[in-house]
Amino acid sequence: MVTEPVANAEASPSPPDSNERTDAGARTPLVEPVTDWRHRHLLDVDVLSEAEIMRILSTADAMAEVLQRNVARTPALRGVTIFNLFYEASTRTRSSFELAGKILGADVINVSGSGSSVEKGESLVETLNTLSAVGADAVVMRHHASGAPWLAARTIDGHIVNAGDGQHAHPTQALLDAYVLIKEFGDLSGRKVVIVGDILHSRVARSNLWSLTTLGAEVTLVAPRPLLPSALSNRASEREHPLALPAVQIESDLDRAIVGADAVMALRIQNERLRGRLLPSSAEYARRYQLTTERIAEASSEAIVMHPGPMNEGVEIAVNVAHSPQSRIEAQVSAGLAVRMAILFLLIRGGA
Amino acid sequence: MTSILVYGGRVIDPSSGLDDRLDVLIVDGRIAEVGADVSSPHGARRVAASGLIVSPGFVDLHTHLREPGQEHKETIESGGRAAARGGFTTICAMPNTEPAMDTAAIIDGILQRAEDADCRVLPIGAVSKGRKGQELTELDALRAAGAVAVSDDGDAVADNSLARQAFEYLSDIGIPLAEHCEDPAIAQGGVMHDGAVSARLGLRGQPAAAELSIVQRDIALAEASGAQFHACHISTEPSLHAIADARARGLHVTAEVTPHHLWLTHDVVAGSSEDLRYDTNAKVNPPLRTEADVQACIDALAAGVVDAVATDHAPHATVDKQCEFDAAAFGISGLESAWGVVNSLVEAGRLSLADAIERLTIGPVRAWNLDQGELRGLGTLQVGAPADLTLLSTDAATRVEPESWASMGKNTPLAGHTLTGVVALTISQGRFVWDGREQ
Repeated sequence: MVTEPVANAEASPSPPDSNERTDAGARTPLVEPVTDWRHRHLLDVDVLSEAEIMRILSTADAMAEVLQRNVARTPALRGVTIFNLFYEASTRTRSSFELAGKILGADVINVSGSGSSVEKGESLVETLNTLSAVGADAVVMRHHASGAPWLAARTIDGHIVNAGDGQHAHPTQALLDAYVLIKEFGDLSGRKVVIVGDILHSRVARSNLWSLTTLGAEVTLVAPRPLLPSALSNRASEREHPLALPAVQIESDLDRAIVGADAVMALRIQNERLRGRLLPSSAEYARRYQLTTERIAEASSEAIVMHPGPMNEGVEIAVNVAHSPQSRIEAQVSAGLAVRMAILFLLIRGGA
Repeated sequence: MTSILVYGGRVIDPSSGLDDRLDVLIVDGRIAEVGADVSSPHGARRVAASGLIVSPGFVDLHTHLREPGQEHKETIESGGRAAARGGFTTICAMPNTEPAMDTAAIIDGILQRAEDADCRVLPIGAVSKGRKGQELTELDALRAAGAVAVSDDGDAVADNSLARQAFEYLSDIGIPLAEHCEDPAIAQGGVMHDGAVSARLGLRGQPAAAELSIVQRDIALAEASGAQFHACHISTEPSLHAIADARARGLHVTAEVTPHHLWLTHDVVAGSSEDLRYDTNAKVNPPLRTEADVQACIDALAAGVVDAVATDHAPHATVDKQCEFDAAAFGISGLESAWGVVNSLVEAGRLSLADAIERLTIGPVRAWNLDQGELRGLGTLQVGAPADLTLLSTDAATRVEPESWASMGKNTPLAGHTLTGVVALTISQGRFVWDGREQ
C-alpha cells in the first residue's frame, strides 16, 4: 500500500483518461473497464512507451485508492482465472501477485515447480497446455530460463505476465521501482539514478534500464567488470548495435558515480559469486561496492536508497543504510501490490 | 553396361579449371568422357542440362546422421536423402552418436548401414573413448576401418595433455584431427555469442576467445607434431586470422565454415519479430556471431584461407527445439539449404561461382586427402572419377520450406527466407538420387 504522502501534488502520475479515475471516497465504480490497452502480455518493459508506463502507474494510483478502503476488494476481475506459475522461489513477487488477483476478484491458483508435475519431468510447454486446458485466462510466470515467457506467449492463448525470467527481465519490479521514484521526484527527466551490483546476472537491472531511460532518467551502472555484460563495456560496434541495451553511463568506481545521485539502487549479489572464482571475496566486494552511510552522504541531499530484495545486509548494503530514513525498500514492496493489480487489470480488461 | 549422358549444360570442374558448355558421359558408375557433342551409346539415359550448371557432386566434411542411437532425429537413410536433395554425393559422418563411433566395429557397422544410402558416407572416428576426453581411441584401427578423420565434435578435446598425445600419435597415421574449437572453460556454458544480443536477451554468452583459445593451441600442437589440424566450423574473425597466419607459415592446417555462419548473425536469436524472440532454431554451436565475423568468414572463404563449406548438418526433433532457449538442443539442419546460401553469396558478388563450387567439391577432398584408392578422382569430373554429379540452377529464387525436406530435422532459422539457387538433379555413383526439376 502506498501510504506515504505524495511530496509534490504534481508529481503523482495523472491518469490520461478520466474514466479510470476513481475519486477518493467514491464507493462505486471501483475500477472501470478500459478498452484501449494494446498489449496482450507483459513480457518486458522494452516495448512500453513513456505514455504506457505512465498509464500503468496512474492505474496503480487508482488501485492504491482501492487498497485504502475498509474492505479492499473490487470485482474488476470477477470470473477470471489466474495461475501463478513459479519455477523459482519468491516471496514478494508471488505473494503480491496472488493478493493482487484476489483483491480484484479473480480466482488465483498457485503452481510451483516443486509439488507439481514439473517434478515428474513435465515440459514447460506441456504444463502451459494443461493450464490452458483447465481455463487459465492469465498466467503469471517466473522461470529460471531467460525468454521462457516468450515461449509461453507462443504456446497458449492466455495473457502472460512475466514475473521474472532468468537473467533477462523483471518488468513488474521495474514498474514498481518507477512508481516509487515518480512518487518521490515527480518527473524523472534528468534525475540521476545509480544502479550498483551484479548487472550481468540481474533481470531487475535490465528491465530498469528500459523503464528508467524511457522516463528520461540518467542512469549509471556501477559494477566490477566481471559483473557487467561485455557488450556494455566493449567495442563501440556492440553498443551501437540495433538490439543493444540502452546506452547509459558505465562506471567501475562507486565513489565517483554516486556523487550527486538522486537515487541509488543496490542489487542483490549471490554469495556463491563471492567465493573467489568470479570475484575475490565478499569483503573485497563490500569494500568497493557496499552502500554505506559515507557513500550515501556524497549523493544528493534528498537521495533515496532502493533495493529489489532479498537483501544481503552487510554485503551490498550496510544495515544502517537499509533501514535509514532515506531507504524506500519497504515502499517498493508496498508499491508492488498496487502496480501488479494495475498490470493484471490492464492486460485482462484492456481489450488486447 | 549402364550409361547416362548429361548434355548441353555448363560444365564447371574447379579441379581442372574447366568451365564450358559440354556433355558428360557416365558409364558403369564412372565418368567416361567429358567433351563437346559426345555421342550417347545405345540405351544411354539422356539428361538435358541446358540452362543448368553441371558440377562434381558436393562433398560435406561435417554431417551429423544421428544413427546409431538418435534415430528420432535422423537416420543414415533420411540423412542420405537429404544429402542428395542438397546436391551432396559424399558426406562425412561425425561420431557423436550413441554409442560414439569410437571402435572399428562401430565404424564397420556405419559403413554397412550406409551401403544403401543415397550418397557415399565416410565415417569420422572419435578421438577419445566415448568422446569423454579422457583416453585415446585406437586411432589407427579406426583409420584402417575407414575413418577419414577423427574428432570429438560437439566438444573440443579440452584436455591439453590428451590433445598433445592425439596430435603426436596422429602424425604418422595420416588422418586429420577435426577439432570443435570451443574451450569449455572460457565458453562457460554460453548458449549464444557473447555480445550485444546476449546482453539484451539475458542469455549466457560464449565469447570469441573460447574459439580462438583452442585454435591457437591446436596450431601450436600441429606445428610441434607435424600432424594435421582441421578447424571445424570456424565462426570468428580472430580465429580466421590465426588460421591464415598458420597456413602462410606452411603448417598443415585446414578449415571449414558453415553456410549459417556465412549468412546469419546473432541478431536472428532475437527474432525478426516479437513473436520469434528466443528463436531456438538459431541456437547452434559455435553460435551465430556478429556482422564483422560473417564478413570475415566470407572473405576467408573467397581468399582460400578456408578450404571447404561444410554444413554441420545437425538435425533435431521438434521437441528438442520447442522449449526454453537454455534447454534447447544446439544445431541447424543444413544439407538442404547449403547451395541456396552459397549461391546467394555468389549472386551478391561476394564469391565467384567457380570458387563456390570449388569449396563444395575438390576443396574439401584435398583438405582431407579423400581421393584415394577407389575414390580416385573424387570431387572432380575427370575421366575415371566416381560418377557423382550435381546439376544446379543459379538464378531460381526459392523459399526455404523445411516441411518439404527429406531430412527429419526441420530445425533452421532460415525457414521462410528466400535464397537463390536450386539443386535440380543429383547423380551419386551413377545412380539418380534426386530429381527436383519441374517441382
